[in-house]
Amino acid sequence: MSGFVWFAIVIAGLLVAAYVFRLAGQAITSNAPRFRDMTFGVAFGYVFGAALFVWAVYYYFQPKITEAGTPNAGVIFFRWAVQGFIIASIAAFLFRVLGRAVGTETTKKLFRSMPLTASFGILVIILYAITAIFAGSIAPYGESEILGAANVLAGGDVAAGGDPAYPLGTDQIGRDILSRLIYGARNTVGIAFITTCLAFFIGGSLGFLAATLQGWLDQLLSRSVDVLMAIPSLIFALLLMTIASAWAVKLGVPLTIFMVLIIAMIDSTRVYRLARAVGLNIVVMDYIEAAKLRGEGLGYLVFKEILPNAMAPLLAEFGLRFCFVFLTIAALSFLGVGIQPPLADWGTMVRDLGPFINFAAFIPTAAVTPLLAAGAIALLTVAVNFVVDWMLHKTSGLQE
Amino acid sequence: MSDLLTVKDLWIEGRSDETWNPIINGCSLTLKKGEVLGMIGESGAGKSTIGLACMGYTRDGVRISKGSVVFDGIDLVTASAAVKRNLLGKRIAYVAQSAAASFNPAHKIIDQHTEAPVQHGVSGRGESVEDGVELYRKLRLPNPEEIGFRYPHQVSGGQLQRAMTAMAMSCRPDLIIFDEPTTALDVTTQIEVLASIRQIVEEYDTAAIYITHDLAVVAQMADRIKVLLKGDEVEEADTRTMLSDPQEEYTKSLWAVRAFQRPTKPPVPQGSVPVVSVRNITAAYGTTDVLHEVSFDIHAGRTVAVVGESGSGKSTVARCITGLLPPRMGEIAFDGEVLPANYKKRSKEQLRQAQMIYQMADTALNPRRTIGQIIGRPVQFYMGLTGAKKRERVNDLLNQIELEPSQYFNRLPSELSGGQKQRIGIARALAAEPKFIICDEVTSALDQLVAEGILRLLADLQDTLGLSYMFITHDLATVKSIADEVVVMKDGKVVEQGPKTSMFTPPHHAYTDLLLSSVPEMDPDWLSDLLKERGVDNIGDAAINNM
Repeated sequence: MSGFVWFAIVIAGLLVAAYVFRLAGQAITSNAPRFRDMTFGVAFGYVFGAALFVWAVYYYFQPKITEAGTPNAGVIFFRWAVQGFIIASIAAFLFRVLGRAVGTETTKKLFRSMPLTASFGILVIILYAITAIFAGSIAPYGESEILGAANVLAGGDVAAGGDPAYPLGTDQIGRDILSRLIYGARNTVGIAFITTCLAFFIGGSLGFLAATLQGWLDQLLSRSVDVLMAIPSLIFALLLMTIASAWAVKLGVPLTIFMVLIIAMIDSTRVYRLARAVGLNIVVMDYIEAAKLRGEGLGYLVFKEILPNAMAPLLAEFGLRFCFVFLTIAALSFLGVGIQPPLADWGTMVRDLGPFINFAAFIPTAAVTPLLAAGAIALLTVAVNFVVDWMLHKTSGLQE
Repeated sequence: MSDLLTVKDLWIEGRSDETWNPIINGCSLTLKKGEVLGMIGESGAGKSTIGLACMGYTRDGVRISKGSVVFDGIDLVTASAAVKRNLLGKRIAYVAQSAAASFNPAHKIIDQHTEAPVQHGVSGRGESVEDGVELYRKLRLPNPEEIGFRYPHQVSGGQLQRAMTAMAMSCRPDLIIFDEPTTALDVTTQIEVLASIRQIVEEYDTAAIYITHDLAVVAQMADRIKVLLKGDEVEEADTRTMLSDPQEEYTKSLWAVRAFQRPTKPPVPQGSVPVVSVRNITAAYGTTDVLHEVSFDIHAGRTVAVVGESGSGKSTVARCITGLLPPRMGEIAFDGEVLPANYKKRSKEQLRQAQMIYQMADTALNPRRTIGQIIGRPVQFYMGLTGAKKRERVNDLLNQIELEPSQYFNRLPSELSGGQKQRIGIARALAAEPKFIICDEVTSALDQLVAEGILRLLADLQDTLGLSYMFITHDLATVKSIADEVVVMKDGKVVEQGPKTSMFTPPHHAYTDLLLSSVPEMDPDWLSDLLKERGVDNIGDAAINNM
């Protein structure tokens, strides 16, 4: 009850503050349009933002250890988050400065008009790509190498249960978490990327084909897609993976290949719908009619006339779809049918190390282990979407 | 009498490429109560920007950098949002170019009509509905009692434009800004709207700013005319003075556009085979016939203009000729040889011979391909030229349409103006080296000066290359300047056809007469005279329905 009362008091205080803020602004700037035409909602937004900022600063400087002597996990995690955010911003800024100074004229021009979010996204993607490609030489230990100590905590502080040899600690059976994270980039990201590309190739070409030819082919494809989409995708994937695991053994083909095909097939239905809808809007254009009347073949129509104009929505979808595929793989691995041990995979790591999160209140460094893999997934998802947003903004700006 | 609206030294800037660029450079105007000011200029002249600025409003990315807009003693540039909210809709109203796009399709017309009066507390909903019906009656809308209770898509374009005028009048404003209200309408419908607007503006003594690019229209509506060019004022004068005695070179060039006319060609020799022969074509969309037994011939080196209102089936004829819509009955012959009905069955050579230029260059050119690719494709596809030879041919074509090859080869269509885009469309058609080109309303989206340039280019190309044109248009001025023969269509039937000279001299078929007499003329008394002649209840829509 008192929580509710406090909440009401704070809100009321903010409302009053917002009113005073606007009034003061009007008085000080002698009624400049900025304050004169400011709605109360906007004024409230400013005040609320300021209050939030003040609280954040106050919270950041709270002591790490409570009076009772236990670590104050909330403060510790909040500090890490803020520090991470600041480091990421500085890194993105420096990366953009670098991009503006080095490279060809075109790339320099590209970096000059780039927002910070996009340069952050590109930086992260490049780092992930490097990590994935050179995983073998970067990682200090082998992917499935079982080392001496199990359950070493992150941080490398011997007194707190860490070990400088394993900066991010080891898992329950003594494998180095840092190495597994690095190898996981190769497995998870690489497989997700291949799967998404495949889904786009299948869904995109069939969608454009349906939009261009229409008639019975369109009906056949669209209705089949409807049927596939009617089945909940995760359950469908699980079902198919179960069947595929029997085949994998019989045919001697790695299960991962089946997984790529199955997820690509399921996701291509979504791509198909988008490609068909976008394609239908493009095929009614006069330039398509002109090309048809010229006698152009189907391949030219789809790849030279339609595809370049469908690029913007498809790219946006690619960004999202990549993240979904990524999460689907992680989910399947989490459920035990995805990427098979001992291959390192972020989804599996989250599942395996998950119980450690329970120790967050007592030993924050222990809770970090599952969060590292989850954070790796989240970071890439955010980065990809930043870049896609920027590309979309650029391409839509061109059309104006 | 004091001035209702005074705009003084108005400068407006627009933001592009991270900098502010001037759009309007110091415009001034004054408007008395009950006065109508015509504002005319090409697209990009800043007419609409000024029109909106007169309401103290600018579009996103546009700002007023200097100057004042004083409406009845209130400076709208510095006025607060609350003050403006109280004025707009109530004392200043706006009528947009496309009523179809400006009405909310999800609400009935009358509900949108009553919104402003109720919001501003001018009248209650009931009163406002009654008033709306009254206004609909004054604007001569059919069934004024019930038309307001329809949804916007259930009434025609001309009626919707009048309903929008009624909506602007709903609070009896002192000033209405008309932004090209008749540009999207057919000539016969345009008259109806013009007459209604003029009558109601006079009746309520409303001041108005009438924005248009059509001189003849502005001559009917305005007391004074202001000419704009690229954000600069060219001149301003009384309508009659402006028409009879323009001072500036630019204004004179605008006036002179309508003078372009091609010499009459000798009659086609007897027994020559027409390039394209349309024989008794009946075509249908679904099960409804939209063309009924249409036939006409197009001879080598001639231009046949197909004229009619929207919905008359003129574009459908083009679709039949190109083979996009196989006719239900009848046939198309090319050089005396019958073509397969469906374009998919035609040979590459047959497709090459007939090319098409589209109305909207924006949708006719792929926005993601460069000019060189767009024009180069037919060169490569039909002629098999590649590499340097292809480049050479594309350069020739660009020279032919009077664009500098080195400058335009690598540009995208979005980096071109409307007229230049249309030229690219022409070059693409020429690249196939055809005998026959269909021009579907190629000038209707362009400004007069630009359109004239395109018409001259087409005429020159016809003379040098011996092309035949089928020219689809609803603009009779265009017909007058370029056609050799005219085909008049209505409701999918050919009403009248023959050489241009005989078409433009009486006696005409009744419908041709209606079309011809509906084309606005530069004479400021033209509309009044015409209305007198036709009788007030028998103009435009009404006249067609009575036929």
